[in-house]
Amino acid sequence: MGNHSDGAPQHGGAVATAGQTEQAFADPGLPPHRPRLADLDPRAAKRAERQVTALFIISVIGTVVFLVAYFAIDLGHDSDIATIRLQNLLLGLGTAFAMLGIGTGIVHWAKALMPDHEVSEARHGIRTDEDREAAVKIVDDILEETGVKRRPLIRNTLIGATVLSVFPAVAVFGDLGPRPDQKLRHTMWAPDEATGQKVRLTRDPDGTPIKASEVTIGSAFHVIPEGLNELHEGKLNEKAKAVVLLMRLNPADLNISAGRENWSYNGIVAYSKICTHVGCPVALYEQQTHHLLCPCHQSTFDLTNECAVIFGPASRPLPQLPIEVDAEGYLVASSDFHEPVGPSYWEREYS
Amino acid sequence: MSGATASSYQPPTKVGRIADFVDQRTGASPLLREFGRKIFPDHWSFMFGEVALYSFVILLLSGTFLTFFFNPSMAETHYEGAYVPLRGMEMSVAYQSSLDISFEVRGGLFMRQVHHWAALLFVVSLGVHMLRVFFTGAFRKPREINWVIGGFLLILAMAAGFTGYSLPDDLLSGNGLRIIDGVIKSIPLVGTWISFFLFGGEFPGTAIIGRLYVLHILLVPALILLLLVLHLFFVVLHKHTQYPGPGRNDGNVVGYPLGPVYAAKAGGFFFIVFGVVALMAAAFTINPIWNYGPYDPSPVSAGTQPDWYIGWVDGALRLMPGVLGSVDGYRQHFEFVIFGQTLTLNVLLPALVPAGIVFTVLFTYPWIERWITKDDREHHVLDRPRNAPTRTAIGMAGFTFYCVMWAAAASDLIATHFHVSLNDVTYWLRTLFFLGPIIAFVVTKRVALGLQRKDREIALHGRETGRIVRLPHGEFIEVHAPLDEYKRYRLVSFESPAVLPAQPNARGIVDRKERRRAKLSRWFFEDRVAPVTVAELEAAHEHGHEAIAAHEEETAKSLGH
Amino acid sequence: MKALSQKRRHPLAVLALLVMGLLLTGGLYAMASSANQAKADTTYTASDISEGEKLFVANCATCHGMGGAGSDSGPSLIGVGAAAVDFQVGTGRMPMQMQGPQAYKKPAQFNEEQTKQLSAYVASLGAGPALPDEAMLDGKGDATHGGELFRVNCAMCHNAAAAGGALTRGKFAPSLAGVTEKHIYEAMATGPQNMPVFSDANISPEGKRDIITFLKTIETQGSPGGADLGALGPVSEGLFAWVGGLGVIIGFTIWLTSRSS
Repeated sequence: MGNHSDGAPQHGGAVATAGQTEQAFADPGLPPHRPRLADLDPRAAKRAERQVTALFIISVIGTVVFLVAYFAIDLGHDSDIATIRLQNLLLGLGTAFAMLGIGTGIVHWAKALMPDHEVSEARHGIRTDEDREAAVKIVDDILEETGVKRRPLIRNTLIGATVLSVFPAVAVFGDLGPRPDQKLRHTMWAPDEATGQKVRLTRDPDGTPIKASEVTIGSAFHVIPEGLNELHEGKLNEKAKAVVLLMRLNPADLNISAGRENWSYNGIVAYSKICTHVGCPVALYEQQTHHLLCPCHQSTFDLTNECAVIFGPASRPLPQLPIEVDAEGYLVASSDFHEPVGPSYWEREYS
Repeated sequence: MSGATASSYQPPTKVGRIADFVDQRTGASPLLREFGRKIFPDHWSFMFGEVALYSFVILLLSGTFLTFFFNPSMAETHYEGAYVPLRGMEMSVAYQSSLDISFEVRGGLFMRQVHHWAALLFVVSLGVHMLRVFFTGAFRKPREINWVIGGFLLILAMAAGFTGYSLPDDLLSGNGLRIIDGVIKSIPLVGTWISFFLFGGEFPGTAIIGRLYVLHILLVPALILLLLVLHLFFVVLHKHTQYPGPGRNDGNVVGYPLGPVYAAKAGGFFFIVFGVVALMAAAFTINPIWNYGPYDPSPVSAGTQPDWYIGWVDGALRLMPGVLGSVDGYRQHFEFVIFGQTLTLNVLLPALVPAGIVFTVLFTYPWIERWITKDDREHHVLDRPRNAPTRTAIGMAGFTFYCVMWAAAASDLIATHFHVSLNDVTYWLRTLFFLGPIIAFVVTKRVALGLQRKDREIALHGRETGRIVRLPHGEFIEVHAPLDEYKRYRLVSFESPAVLPAQPNARGIVDRKERRRAKLSRWFFEDRVAPVTVAELEAAHEHGHEAIAAHEEETAKSLGH
Repeated sequence: MKALSQKRRHPLAVLALLVMGLLLTGGLYAMASSANQAKADTTYTASDISEGEKLFVANCATCHGMGGAGSDSGPSLIGVGAAAVDFQVGTGRMPMQMQGPQAYKKPAQFNEEQTKQLSAYVASLGAGPALPDEAMLDGKGDATHGGELFRVNCAMCHNAAAAGGALTRGKFAPSLAGVTEKHIYEAMATGPQNMPVFSDANISPEGKRDIITFLKTIETQGSPGGADLGALGPVSEGLFAWVGGLGVIIGFTIWLTSRSS
């Protein structure tokens, strides 16, 4: 404990600043202490005492509420929402009162009844100059005794060995994941390599195939490839690349560029649902404006212009899935996407 | 008093004897002697660090409870629990166990809500604490390192939050992870590799929840705890700063002793913070994972946002245009293909640059200001924000920069709730991204200087009483009540560094760096408002103020009759 | 008259479905009565159509043109069906208050009888989605399947908790709280304004029933965690933490550090 000064001005330390002269005001010291009600009036002190006790009793009541709510209400497979809500409310209120009772009680006690004289304590410097000199000398001595400075060969090989020894610590994480390879390039839409069987477009999440005639103008179908639901391993990985949005417009509204003439069917178009920005599903289709909007970062794609970006942070159009109709009238993918779906990555152009 | 030989000192009281028993086995008495009555200054704005500390304790307590019931597995299962609208749904074990915690473990939902609300409050209080430290200049020597530690704690808190809210494997957090995956993939050269390593293959894989879980319950909290201990150690070592005022200077610390008053207040405050968090958890839903459903890469919900402290980065992603120009005319894309490699600046720039600027300035600011002022002294008395106008203006500019990005993360909700166009909100925020900080700087600086001038007026002429008096010769004056010397000292005792012109170095040359420093010094301090001096006060009083005051006394008397 | 023959078939089909539904659900009396009501409601008479035409000419033809052929300020209504009219007029969106990005929901301008007459008239202009079958609005479908369908097809615009969301350029997807079962069904079937059409081939009537069941389930049960803060997600939670949480904490810190009187 430092000196219990009365708050008299202390002109210790280096306070003088450039531009501040003896013209500065003298510190009048701490203002005189003003006694509280409880300091002067025993009845006020007694009242404060009762208030603190009352707050602690409120805390006891809170604890009891918590325990009752915990043991009286049981939860299980068939508990309904109202019960869960009631228990949560009671447990919460019980805890809140238990805690606030103790907290406000203690603080009120400290404020009203414990001494409230402000005290001034001197700051000691963090270290003395003597300590500093001694410490510097010790460091110098240690360095000298190791001889590191005189024997550079030891020093340099040690540094080299230490730096190298970090590499295993990095290399050991090599099995965290596989090499990216071509995985981001391919989706389930590629026709079967052996049979050439083309993949049907099916409804998400039910997996039922879609006939071209069912896609009326203004419709938006959320589509997954046939067979996705039957996958046992990596289902979500495949779904994360393969989801497609299928829409039908008036064919006259579509501006089709050279090479994509056969990618749509009578105004029915299919585009990857994975945003080319950072991969959110671009699922908001405005059927009158023909805009697709990503709800995460508001990238907006113009369906009539092959999903060119017209607003927002995406820089590339959504990849289009070429579609056709099979012998039974169901929509199928003519081929896989012609480019990787989803966000850009460094190796995108050639992977 | 511990030692091999029995001490002759006998404590007189029972409590004293218990304390002595402990002391003889731990040697704690020097510690108690040092800290038992250590002085802590008292001000409401000093409490935010404590709020953060207590929120962290609450997080540890509630988080431990949650680990007993949570299962971080991404194996597939079918839900058969209490929540009817999800019964029969295919989902991961992680999501199922989160639902079970919410609906079938007594107190589980309460603990989840306590944990999440405490997490939000943890980062809120960290942020407000850092703002307080910045605006009062508490980061100055000798506290620069502690400021940097605080900055790292903020980053770790964000990391803890992100790894935490991703764990339930619900639709909202899954889409958040997907955004992170997209951002990681935009990193040149190594992005794809990092993504594959993080997710154990393609997104979403089956590894990520388990890995985030280890980070969330082990690595990140351990680092936070470590830095927290260091932070508190330095607080004790440096002793707390104090606001300027009579009786307070750089050589002392004025406040209440730790025992009993400060300890009681601080201890009681823990219960209060806990109580407030419990109240929020009792009555307000947070992260209703049952609404979002299990993660599935196909669906997404409108209003997909991260928790508030990640919001500013998400907002930056939203603000960046990917393409400029119309579909038919000239178009500038921000994705480039260079030597066959894809560089996607429309993701990379907003993800890295604003956060880079904010944290670089945050970490280096103490040294920047120190270099400009050439001030190597220790500072224990705080600046009132108005008394450091340029610093306060820089802080407000930075805060505005942050807030614009933060608001951008809620652009869709701003649009729906204020009935404006989503696109217009984005255009406005893009403009404010550049103009906002400048406007904030200018406005704040003017406000601070204005407040300083007002302080000068009050120090020189006293406080306006609002009482209008007519003098015998017909003039109306407002009566000013003179300040007492304590109040006046509060207004005049601040430090006001002046412009420090370029100074020659040891070889007598003013180098270019020094000239730059001088220029910055001028920018910082050229329009400073100097504190009132004794001479000025005397001059003001001689100016007939005394006479008027005396006159006024008389007039008041005569008016009263 | 092709349109008339369709209408003659229509109520019979509804009746058949209703009888099946009644047998399946075990003959609930309450349902039986409401079903009879529904049958009565969807039978359009010639006078309905002629009254509807009068209303149309007086209130709608300015924008939608004579005979519902459409004009520069309003789309053609030929083939939109009775469901579209019942939704647009029944929710007060039509007649539109003023031209804008989107028609707002407001108190309906026409009573049920008039709405029915307008529906009858527009339905007579060309075949389109008819009013939904009452059995599909009973809210007794599969809430889980409905939830799944809702998340895939609806949540991206309407929010996972159906709290609504933003679209481009001032348009928005409204909150679905308080919207009647019939209007939800009609909206899905007809795709009002910028909403895509979810025809029966896309989401089957049973699927729509499941979606309605899901929506009504989450609406009636409320949030188990207490007040839902608008179900808007992390933004409203963050705002509440800053304003409510921090506000109360600051109040306590000021009390704690002030001197006792």
